[in-house]
Formats: sequence, structure tokens, C-alpha cells
Amino acid sequence: MLQGYVIVLVAFAYLGLLFGIAYYADQRADAGRSVIDNPTIYALSLAVYATAWTFYGSVGRAASDGIGFLPIYLGPTLMIALWWLVMRKIIRISKASRITSLADFIASRYGKSALLGGLVTVIAVIGILPYISLQLKAISTSYAILLQYPEISMPASEAAGRHAIAADTAFWIAMILAAFTILFGTRHLDAAEHHEGMVAAIAFESLVKLLAFLAVGLFVTYDMFDGVGDIFSRARAQPDLAPLLAPLEGVGGGYASWVWMTILSMFAIMFLPRQFQVAVIENKNEQHLSKAIWLFPLYMLAINLFVLPIAFGGNLHFPTGTVDADTYVLTLPMAARQEGLALLVFIGGLSAATGMVIVETIALSTMVCNDLVMPVLLRLRKLRIAERRDLTSLLIGIRRGAIIGILLLGYLYFRLAGEAYALVSIGLVSFAAVAQFAPVLLGGIFWKRATRNGALAGLVAGFLVWSYTLLLPAVAQSGWLPIGLIEQGPLGIELLRPVELFGLAGLDHTTHAMIWSMIANTGAYMLVSLMGTQSADETRQAGLFVDVFRQTGEAGGARFWRGTASAPDLYDLLARFQGAAAADAALKEYARERGLRWPDKGFVADADFVHFVEVQLAGAIGAASARIMVGSVVKEEALTTEEVREILDEASQVVVYSHRLEQKSSELERATEELRAANERLKELDRLKDDFVSTVSHELRTPLTSIRAFSEILHDNPALPDADRNRFLGIIIKETERLTRLIHQVLDASRLESGRIEWHESLVDLGVVIEDSVAATSQLFRERDVQLEVRLPERVPKVVADLDRIVQVLVNLFSNAVKFVEPGRGRVEVSLTEEGESLRVDVRDNGLGISLKDQAIIFDKFRQAGDTLIGKPQGSGLGLHISRSIIEHFGGRMWVASRPGEGACFSFTLPRVREPALVWAA
Amino acid sequence: MQDPEAKGQRLIALFILGCLLFNYPILSLFNVAADAFGVPVLYLYIFSAWALLVGLMAYVVESRP
Repeated sequence: MLQGYVIVLVAFAYLGLLFGIAYYADQRADAGRSVIDNPTIYALSLAVYATAWTFYGSVGRAASDGIGFLPIYLGPTLMIALWWLVMRKIIRISKASRITSLADFIASRYGKSALLGGLVTVIAVIGILPYISLQLKAISTSYAILLQYPEISMPASEAAGRHAIAADTAFWIAMILAAFTILFGTRHLDAAEHHEGMVAAIAFESLVKLLAFLAVGLFVTYDMFDGVGDIFSRARAQPDLAPLLAPLEGVGGGYASWVWMTILSMFAIMFLPRQFQVAVIENKNEQHLSKAIWLFPLYMLAINLFVLPIAFGGNLHFPTGTVDADTYVLTLPMAARQEGLALLVFIGGLSAATGMVIVETIALSTMVCNDLVMPVLLRLRKLRIAERRDLTSLLIGIRRGAIIGILLLGYLYFRLAGEAYALVSIGLVSFAAVAQFAPVLLGGIFWKRATRNGALAGLVAGFLVWSYTLLLPAVAQSGWLPIGLIEQGPLGIELLRPVELFGLAGLDHTTHAMIWSMIANTGAYMLVSLMGTQSADETRQAGLFVDVFRQTGEAGGARFWRGTASAPDLYDLLARFQGAAAADAALKEYARERGLRWPDKGFVADADFVHFVEVQLAGAIGAASARIMVGSVVKEEALTTEEVREILDEASQVVVYSHRLEQKSSELERATEELRAANERLKELDRLKDDFVSTVSHELRTPLTSIRAFSEILHDNPALPDADRNRFLGIIIKETERLTRLIHQVLDASRLESGRIEWHESLVDLGVVIEDSVAATSQLFRERDVQLEVRLPERVPKVVADLDRIVQVLVNLFSNAVKFVEPGRGRVEVSLTEEGESLRVDVRDNGLGISLKDQAIIFDKFRQAGDTLIGKPQGSGLGLHISRSIIEHFGGRMWVASRPGEGACFSFTLPRVREPALVWAA
Repeated sequence: MQDPEAKGQRLIALFILGCLLFNYPILSLFNVAADAFGVPVLYLYIFSAWALLVGLMAYVVESRP
């Protein structure tokens, strides 16, 4: 037996815990270490979407409709994919203009229109009341049922009407929630409308309700039944349940209803005041959207996983008609005598309901205060509100009053109409009401041409159709209007029947209402916008909203202000609404950022400053009221629409220019980089030319010196013995040959480079060329006692080349190899192989090898391996350069592979002749 | 952080995919009175498609190019 006081005690302990969490989060926020600046908390706070309706109502709907409840969660899953596009923009706009609520957003967009803000507030309050009453109903029903434990009996439906108000649980629940909401939301006035404590508590509640629901789901599925398969197979065996298992056509309206429910919930996830509050106003960082985009749909998937098993489990367990399906979540654990689990479920449902009520009433109270009450008070000059010293307490008072008022109205709706409908139907009425905001809000951020009058017309038209097709039937159904109005139509005109307007039949009420209200709303909005013109204010706000991603910083709006103002007056204004301390802090911060001082005589109230004060003020009392207040202390010159448009165009041109400038400067950077590289290359070439000249002169001087020395000896000593004379003459001849060879090479190199060389191309057999070259250099090998090994295939394809030039290359490679091996132990291998489309020649030696650094340069002009300062240069340094140029001329490649101490292998390839015919012809 | 515009466009593609998966006529293919793994085919389809969509969104949002 669960005593009433136990339940109440647990419930209060839970609410106390929530308050503790909120208090802690507020403390942390004041200390600058926010707990809610975290993407996971942000995603969890979005789950305030799942209310008592989800917790109890989904199962109720599933028990009678099968899968018909799911679009309410599939819609948001789809919509959130578009959030990166849409919600990021809304958040950016809201932060730039310090938007405080949904009504404030719409009012700001359409020229800070107080009328529009008021209209949005009225629609939101009327539309949301049924939804709040639904939460009250859920808490009081679940409490009443749990009180009967272990008996399961439904509270009689007329019971609520019979109770005196003071004895009605729902009334006390409403009052307790009002007290808690006041504690959570309006303990003090936050300049930016942030409620960090509330968000932390909501995120915690989201976890609790998910865990409670999963616990029930697991218990029902695996303890009361033998798993999911068991439940479904038993349901299929029952003739009255089987049709629910593949039921899309069975749902009223079929696919049309499915689609419209999806669209409806897509709008709800963005435009329910509480969703706008947590998603936009309480957002700390737009990057948090990233994680929410997948975490929030995952949450919804998880909380819906066990809805169908519980619904069918309930249908199987309880005889038809004895237990309300909306209560299965609670009554199933009770039927299984699970006292603890039942209590957990009650707490989970309490979480779902209180979370919704707290956030929704805070959001609505902000709207009521900023967009409904304040504009009216400020305009009533008799009250002299604008002249009071401190208005913060007035603001808080209005909000607290609004919270109590909204909850009382919610309770009233519960008393009057709440009993006639199931949970889901009540919620859908509210969804359809907030869906009316979709055209003006989405249109407002993407369509510049939309006007204030268009928005007013759209909202009024949509709201009227909603009232006629959804609210009126609901009121009539509860007996407050003659039911004949619904069944026969007003004055008996069938065509005007609220639930089958103009004869549109065969749909459920919500789908029917959505179709007509969206047509009326969007139609009026677009028609009036297209036919009308915008005022200067509207043009400016449209530009700021639609092009928010092209604005820079908060100062975007300052460009539009012209006039004169006094800084002390503006300060006084701010202090009256925010309190002196907050105003001082804000102005000091403003001055510090701009390198100014406050308070200071030289402080000028320029456009920037006026805009800053207006935005600060908007954070406290909404954009429309802030505009009125600032207007009362400054002298503003009105801009014409044309002027505003010019400023906007200027701004977008500046953006285009700066984009172009960026492009130009990056092009310039690239060009500079290329120039620098070219310059480097030129410098290198210049250095090489100097090297060339000095090396050539050095190379020429060495043989010349010895020729001259020996010639002088011969000239001065006519009596030299014959043997010596012959030896000296031999040296002179050898040095002259060397000189000739060098000059030949220099000429060759320069002709190769300038392309003035003559080539004698013919078909060449590389094998023969190698043998010829070996024969030509055999003397050299013998002199230095170096072994030479030649490996040639029997027959190789020919190549097109200049025979003499190829011999030159080979001789050069051979003489290099001989030079660098040790006499006596040296070994040189020559091989010819076919390699794909080309022939390859390798000349391998077992000499000193070439270091990696040298390998990179030896093919350059006058570059030799090793240190030319120590060792005598062993050649001109042109041989390899010339060889490579020759090989490359014939389409081949030349390279070296070597490691110091392990010899070197010079290789080159030449492309073979493709057409065999050519070979034979030759 | 990847290019916000690319991310936005990938998410729009997923939105379109979701609209296809959860609508007539794809949905009607699974609207049959049969069970798979002990669960009605329609339920199994919707929940798997849902999970797939959430997985893809997580991938698009969290992947670094």
C-alpha cells in the first residue's frame, strides 16, 4: 500500500533535488564556469519536447492506432537535419539583437512592431493553454491512480467537476508548479534572459524520464511477457488487435494524416515557445547544434522503442475497456505489484510534465511581460511608468503574475474541457496553434520582401481558421456550445461545418485544420506582403535578419541611426530597467572594448552607443518596448525607406568588395611566390655561369701551363738527349689532345643547350655499339689493369639514335668507371637488357661509390663528385652532363644508383623501335 | 571543423532521404501483415530506417574531412 503522503513526499523530494541542481548551476554560472555550456546538456534540454504526452499519451495512442503516434517524433528527426541551415541562422540573429522570445523575434523582424509581438503572444498563450492543462491532467490522474495501489481503478471522468477547487489535486499541482517556476525563472532579472539553472534541471529531468520509461519498457517486455516477439505474436492471434499491426490505412486519414502529422511536428520542434526558449534563447554556443543534430533524434528513438510493446502488452493484459490506455505505463507495473517501479514511473511522468510546464510558462511569461504588458504600460502616459527610477521590480512582478495567471488559465481549461479528450488530441490542438508561426518566421529569415502587414494578415487568418476548426469543436465537445454547431454547421449550413469545412471530409480533425489554416495563413501572408510596401524600419530589420551571416558583429544595426543623444540620459534609462549595477558593468565593458572611459565627460553618445543601449534594453524588455524607450530619450532623424535600402546595399557591396579584395590579394601572393622562385632560379643560373667561366679557364690553364713549360725546356735546351726530347714532345702532344677534347666538350655542351647540334639519326643496334665502344676503350682498361665484363643478349631490337653520339656516351661512362676503381682490383660490368618498351644499359663498377649528395649534382655542368680542392680533378665535369643531354634527346633516361664504398651503377634507357616493318626495312 | 556550407548541404540531402524513407510510397512497401524476427515488418522497418538516419546524421556532423 502506497500512502498518499509517501507519494507526495517523494514528489517534493524530487522537486527539491531539481531545485538544488538549478541552484548549483546558477552559482556556477555566476562564477563564470557554466555547466550548461556543453553540447550534451544542450541536446538533453531540447528533450523537453517529450512531455507527459510522450510519457503516457504515446502508449494510449498506440493502443488504439498502432503506429500512428510516430510522426510526432519522426517530424523533429527530419527537421533537425535542417537546423544547421535554419536554426543556426535564427540563433545568430537572436544573439545579435538580443532576442528574448519567439514573439520578440517575430516583432523585431517586422520593424519592431509592438502590435505583431502582442498578437504572437496572444496566439501562443491561447494555443498553449490546452497543452499545459494536459500536463496538469497527467499529473493529477497518475497521482489518483497510484493512490489506489494495488487496486487499479480509473478516476471517474466527472469527478474533477464535482470537487470543490480547494479539494482538487490539479489545482494544488498548478499552484505548486507556479511557485517552482517562479523560483526557477524569476528569482532575479537576467539582462540576457538566460536561465542556466533551469536548463540544467531540465537536462536532468530528461534523463530521469528516459530512464523511467526504459525501465517500464524492459519490465513489461521481458518480465511480464517473453520478449517483443511474444507480445506481437499474441497480439496477432487476437482478432481485435491484429489489424493494428499493419495499420497505416486504418489510421484516420491514412497517409495524408501521416504526412500532415509529420509536418505539424516539424514546426512544433522549432516554434513551441519552450523549444524556442531552450534551442535559441538559452543556447550558449551555436556549435552545440552539431551534437544535438544527432543526439536529440537518438533520444527520441530510445524513448519510443518500448511504446508499442507496452501498448500491446496493456491491451493483452487488461480486459478491453476496463483501463484507460493512457495509463498503461503506470497501471502495468501496478498490476504486477511492482511498487518501486510504479513510483519511478510516477516520478518520470512528473519529470516530463514539470519540465514542460516550467519552461513553457517561463517562455510565455517573458512574452506576456515584454510583448504584451510593457508596450501597453509604456504607452499609457497617465501611469508615468517611463519616469520611475527603478523598473526591475516591476518587470519581475509582471512576470510572476503572468506565470500564476497562465497556470490558473491552464487549470481552468482542465476544469472546463480537459476531460473530453485523450492526451494526444489535446497536444495536437496546441501543435496546430504554434504551427501558425511557421510561415511568418521562416519567411522572415529567408524572404526580405515580407512585410509587417503581411505577417499580421497571415497570423490573424491562420489563427481564426485554427480557432474555428479545432478550438470550437473542442469547446463544443465539452458541452459549452451546442453540439449542433459542429454536426449541422452554423445556421444549418453544412458547407461551413467546422470539422468538414467546404465539404473536405475523410480526414482527422488536426489534418483538416492544418490544411485550411496553412492555406489561409500562407496565402494571406504572401498576398499582403506582395501587394504592400515596407517602412524604413521594416526594410532595415529585414536586411539585418535575412543577411545575418553577412553582417559583422553587433554593430550591424548602428549604421541606420542618425540623430542626437546624451550619454547620461541613456545610462539612466538602462539603469532603470536593468538596475544600476548591471548598467554600470555593461557600460564599463562597452567603453573598455572601444578604448574609452566611463563615466567620462568626453564620452560621446554616437550611433554605436545608442544601438548598444537599445540592444541591452531589448534583452530586458523586448525589442519593441526598447525601441519606444530609447526613442523617448534621444532625438532621432527618421530615415526614409530609400535611405535604409541604400545603406543595406552599401553593406552588401562592401562585403562583395572585401571578398574580391581577398581574392586579389591571394592571387598577388601566389604571383609573388612565383616571382621569388624565378628569381632564385636566375641567381642559381648566374652563379653557375660564373662557375662555368672559372672552371673552364682553370681547365684550360692546366694543360696550357704544362705545354708551355715543356716547350720552353725544348726551346732553351737544344742539346737535350733524344730520349728526353721525345718524352717531352709526347707530353706536349697528350696535353694538346686533352685541350682539344676539352674545347670539343665545351662546344658540344653549348651546342646541345642551344639546340644547334647536328644529329645523324639512324637505326642502331645497341649491342654492336657497346662492342665497338669496349674495343675503343680496351687500351684504357689494360693500362689500369681493370677487368671488364660484357653481357649482351643474342638479339635485341634496334633503337633510333646517332651512332657516334651513343659511342661518345658509352666511352664517357667507361672512362669514368675506370677512373674511379682501384687499379688491379677494379671490375666493370656492362649489360644490356630489354625492359618493356625500351632497352636498358647498365655500367656497374666496384669503385668508391658516390654519396647521395653528389648523386644529385653530378649530371650538372662542371660538377664532379668528391672534393675538387683536395683531389686533382679527373675530368672537365662536362662528360655526364653531355651524356645525359644526348640520351634525353633520343627520348631516354639516365640516372645513377650508388652507395659510398659499394661502387656505382650508371644506367640509361633508350626507347626501342615499335614497328617491326621499320626494322626489316632498315 | 569542416566547411559549414558543405555540412549544411549534406544534412539537406539527409533530410530529403528521410522524407523519402518515411513517406508514401516507400512506406507502403512495408505496410504488410507479416512478421520478421517476431516483429511486424512495418515497425521493424521504421525503427531501422530511423536508426540509420540518426547514424548518418552523426557521421555527417562529426566526421572531419
